[in-house]
Amino acid sequence: MASVASPLLRRNPKIWLPSNYLFSFNQKLFLSATPEIQRRSIDKILIANRGEIACRVMRTAKRLGMRTVAIFSDADKGSLHAKSADEALHIGPPAARLSYLNASAIIQAAIKTGAQAIHPGYGFLSESAEFAELCENAGLIFIGPPASAIRDMGDKSASKRIMGAAGVPLVPGYHGDQQEVDLLKAEADKIGYPVMIKPTHGGGGKGMRIVQSEDEFIESLLGAQREAAASFGVNTVLVEKYISRPRHIEVQVFGDKLGSVIHLNERDCSVQRRHQKIIEEAPAPNITDKFRSELGEAAVSAAKAVNYYNAGTVEFIVDTLTDQFYFMEMNTRLQVEHPVTEMIVGQDLVEWQIRVANGEPLPLIQSEVPLNGHAFEARIYAENVPKGFLPAAGFLHHYNPFPCSPTVRVETGVEVGDSVSVHYDPMIAKLVVWGQTRNAALVKLRDCLSDFQVAGVPTNINFLQRLSSHEAFEKGQVETHFIEHFKGDLLLDASALVEEEAYQAAKLGATLVAACICKMEQIKSKEAYDGKDKLLHLWYAYPPFRVNHSPRRAMELEWQSEITDLGPKHLKLVVTYETDGNYCVKTEDSDNKSPGVKVSVLHLGHLDFRVSLDGLSTSVSLALYSKDGSKHMHIWHNQQHHHFMQSVRSVQSIEEGSQHKQSFDKSHTVPQGTVVAPMAGLVVKVLVSDGSRVEHGQPVLVMEAMKMEA
Amino acid sequence: MFGQLRRACRSSWATFPSSFHPRRELCFYATQILEDGVDKAAKSFTRNAKTMDLLLAQLRQHIDKVIEGGGPDAVKRNRDRNKLLPRARIDCLLDPGSSFLELSQLAGHELYQESLPSGGIITGIGPVHGRLCMFVANDPTVKGGTYYPVTVKKHLRAQEIAAQCSLPCVYLVDSGGANLPRQADVFPDKDNFGRIFYNQAQMSADGIPQIALVLGSCTAGGAYIPAMADESVIVKGNGTIFLAGPPLVKAATGEEVSAEDLGGATVHCKVSGVSDHFAVDEMHGLSIGRSIIKNLHMAGKQGEVNDSPCPLSNYEDPLYDVNELRYIASTDQKQSFDIRSVIARIVDGSEFNEFKRLYGTTLVTGFARIFGQPVGIIGNNGILFTESALKGAHFIELCAQRNIPLIFLQNITGFMVGSRSEASGIAKAGAKMVMAVSCAKVPKVTIIVGGSFGAGNYGMCGRAYGPNFLFLWPSARISVMGGAQAAEVLAQIEKKNKKLQGLKWSVEEEERFKNAVVEAYEREGNPYYSTARLWDDGILDPADSRKVLGLCLAASAIPIPADTKYGVFRM
Repeated sequence: MASVASPLLRRNPKIWLPSNYLFSFNQKLFLSATPEIQRRSIDKILIANRGEIACRVMRTAKRLGMRTVAIFSDADKGSLHAKSADEALHIGPPAARLSYLNASAIIQAAIKTGAQAIHPGYGFLSESAEFAELCENAGLIFIGPPASAIRDMGDKSASKRIMGAAGVPLVPGYHGDQQEVDLLKAEADKIGYPVMIKPTHGGGGKGMRIVQSEDEFIESLLGAQREAAASFGVNTVLVEKYISRPRHIEVQVFGDKLGSVIHLNERDCSVQRRHQKIIEEAPAPNITDKFRSELGEAAVSAAKAVNYYNAGTVEFIVDTLTDQFYFMEMNTRLQVEHPVTEMIVGQDLVEWQIRVANGEPLPLIQSEVPLNGHAFEARIYAENVPKGFLPAAGFLHHYNPFPCSPTVRVETGVEVGDSVSVHYDPMIAKLVVWGQTRNAALVKLRDCLSDFQVAGVPTNINFLQRLSSHEAFEKGQVETHFIEHFKGDLLLDASALVEEEAYQAAKLGATLVAACICKMEQIKSKEAYDGKDKLLHLWYAYPPFRVNHSPRRAMELEWQSEITDLGPKHLKLVVTYETDGNYCVKTEDSDNKSPGVKVSVLHLGHLDFRVSLDGLSTSVSLALYSKDGSKHMHIWHNQQHHHFMQSVRSVQSIEEGSQHKQSFDKSHTVPQGTVVAPMAGLVVKVLVSDGSRVEHGQPVLVMEAMKMEA
Repeated sequence: MFGQLRRACRSSWATFPSSFHPRRELCFYATQILEDGVDKAAKSFTRNAKTMDLLLAQLRQHIDKVIEGGGPDAVKRNRDRNKLLPRARIDCLLDPGSSFLELSQLAGHELYQESLPSGGIITGIGPVHGRLCMFVANDPTVKGGTYYPVTVKKHLRAQEIAAQCSLPCVYLVDSGGANLPRQADVFPDKDNFGRIFYNQAQMSADGIPQIALVLGSCTAGGAYIPAMADESVIVKGNGTIFLAGPPLVKAATGEEVSAEDLGGATVHCKVSGVSDHFAVDEMHGLSIGRSIIKNLHMAGKQGEVNDSPCPLSNYEDPLYDVNELRYIASTDQKQSFDIRSVIARIVDGSEFNEFKRLYGTTLVTGFARIFGQPVGIIGNNGILFTESALKGAHFIELCAQRNIPLIFLQNITGFMVGSRSEASGIAKAGAKMVMAVSCAKVPKVTIIVGGSFGAGNYGMCGRAYGPNFLFLWPSARISVMGGAQAAEVLAQIEKKNKKLQGLKWSVEEEERFKNAVVEAYEREGNPYYSTARLWDDGILDPADSRKVLGLCLAASAIPIPADTKYGVFRM
């Protein structure tokens, strides 16, 4: 768990302990020798970021008794991070370039508000050596590594050179100028097959060859050279070890300004889509302690080679076939997935960052770094999974994350009513769970995901559920191509069988929605008119009365499948209010003779219900809101989530003489010639002008959605 | 048993300490609970139960049958026209999950040779937006919804109850009118067909709202149900209102015309004004019906609030920026703008239930709320025609009937002139509106958002019509007519005079003369000229309009609402 500051500190946040005082860091007393502290200790921090990470940093800063300053753009007015800070300063228009990337404005903001330090979070300016320098020049502490280390690690070829010199393993390869066939073949033999031949210029996979064995080499090389020459005009190639089943394992390192560097174990971030991590875990599954300590030592050497201090991550590519690992790059910042490390070492890394920035030594030495249990992080994104994970944007009509506990953390920067805007990363939250073992943590993760309620924007929650339930994932057989490899299982195609199964489940969901809505409407009416007038409330008694028969209610819902990209499906339901207070719900296709499903509903408050069906009683949550001329209904029950719509016609849109369309197809048809954006984003370039002729398949405009990889 | 209990109590008293006060026990007697009194073990009880269960099963059987309407074929035809059965229609109008007290379900049971389920008409009471209404719904699947004697009787009985209980009446009309073969038992007598309309008139006069939803045909006498209603809705395609259907028209006049062209929604909403709300389909019509009832506001009449909370304590702000009010109206009076964009920035949630949207379109009328207070809004969207004036008069009557304060948003150049307009009786149409405005005893607030010229100023509740408050926007202009028009008129008279006197009038002189008039009108029509002379209660920043309206309404709400009486309307 996150570390707990000493009780004295918490009770008296104003008292700043002298730096040579015994300071408790998770039960460990640690002595601070405190050398050259020229400035006052930090007591006010500006967080040059937004969203969950800004909130995360503030939480620790506040716990340490420090005041916090947030900056926000026009798009983030009133957002959680701005509200959570002691002070919040407007920094510019929505575009990141003019706000969260505007270094001089941020430094001015820090000076104006009297903050002594700037925490850059991740993304934005966190890996800008210039920004780190600007901070130092302005007399502000940059809570991060030295500018020189950022610069060294920022340059890929330079960093590889430095790492090579420091003895950190690199992917074996030949990057030389000599291009004779025999020489290249000899190099390839030396590297060992399979190898990859890559043109030195260009990209996009053109001219790339994977050579499985010695005898294929020459033919492949000639082909690659020909193709490279044709595509890029230069036929020089490089040869590298080809790692067919790679894993992405990274090591959290931490250094202080006194020269010590330790590592805090590794994380496995192999499971990625669109080259972005979605589930991370610590420690990496299925590795030996020996491998772990080798990785750790390599990471520490890497950090030491650039005189690193503060938080950093050394990324390795691991060949699962040979168990060899190679240096990829170093991220000179706190990573998105840092909480999984915090969970297994029981430390607060943001607190470490601040203390290190303050000139204090690391609280632990390497041998004292614990490794307790197992932690997962699932990133919950506003995105359209069936459309190839395209980012989505919109209004969060309903947001009810799983409640936090000592083993469940929800890192979020949004709340109900916020928008996921097109300007920034569409991550809604990070769900972090801890368990004694990997299996225990995984059970927890799945449970949390099934009750993580988001409505208003499409999310990847359902996908994460399927991913975390996958057999191979359960076994820890993670690798970089995991999603690609198990695409068939994870990205359900619209096969008849799968559709039918999902449809049946949705029908059950619709049945429960109908019953719950009948219940809620009745309660609402009763509340609205109770005690208002004479005996008016009698007309809203439950169940509603009809003379000599049972009232019935027809309901039509559109079901929107979350897993396939097909249009909505129509469901017709008839609810009969039975005299005993139960509902009898019939769906259209159930034949008339079938008695329908009997549902009893107990309202637990707000949008929570307990429903009984066939003697089985379960908890149900609903979300209800209106959007784009439709009423939307979401239901979470029994580890399932369904989304239904009911169209509402606006009187304004109905004009006499205008062609009246079937109410349901309104939101799904567009006039001919309309360009429909596949995702929410910004139009950055229009490639054609008004009146110009376009061919089929010709690009007309370029869109961009903000993504932030960390 | 009772005696035993008393004895038991008495005897126990003796053992109570003397300090015990017996009065408490007397209270106990006062709220005595009846004993059960039924011997459930008795044979007669079981026998009774058995018989009654049988009777009940029989009753249910009868009910189940009538609920199905007039037989599968007729029901299918009904469904194919996208029409619901009458009970389902009522369910759509009722508040979700509320009860419905249906009356005389088995009217017409074995009464005629042919079966007449529920007498061909469904009646009953249920709540809509928290207000109890009497529903009267024809069943078109039963003999085309025609009125048999028992149908008339059931309809009249429902009206009788509505009148006794002051329940607004909602007529779901879908009827071929009187059943012709039985006309002698339907048409002539006191409690026959004619009494339906008599009752409508009487109830409307008593302030009991009469609402008609035309969901099917309303032929002959049936046509008077919507025509006599305070407010009516008609559904495109299915709803028709005419005194005689196409066959009779052809027989009488030789004219061949479709039902829709003869008396469909378009004709009645756009041209004749017989109906007020155009519905694209039945569900739309029913939802308009609900919102009409929502806007009924009988608060004043009974001297108490007997409908949905009024004013609502939780209201929404307009959806659009009120500051934009500053930039909607042009200072150039010739430039027009849609008054709805002003209304959208004044009323709660930008929600506006427009009345007669398609008829007399130069006047915009409708119901809304301002800070939760129901209001009727009348705004100008151009020059007033005969239809616009009639619509205005109708709407003012509705608001006066329901004690709903009126808001006038003036941007009016006047009434339409010309021979066609005069021949259409624009003067008496305007007079009706002026009569209605003058006599309506409800709070009135006027804001002049643009021009206020001529008789338009009067019909739209100018200073002389005693609005509780009257304000101007800085862009407003007020005068008997526009400066340019006045200059033209005066120049023509002057020219005539000069000619009579034999004087020459040069073009330059005439131009100078006109300029002087325009200048004078510009000066005197200026809001500062007006406000300096107290022709108004002040000049407002348009962005403050909503706020000021709210304050004015609150200030006007203090006196007890009075009944409105009108003078003679010139028809």
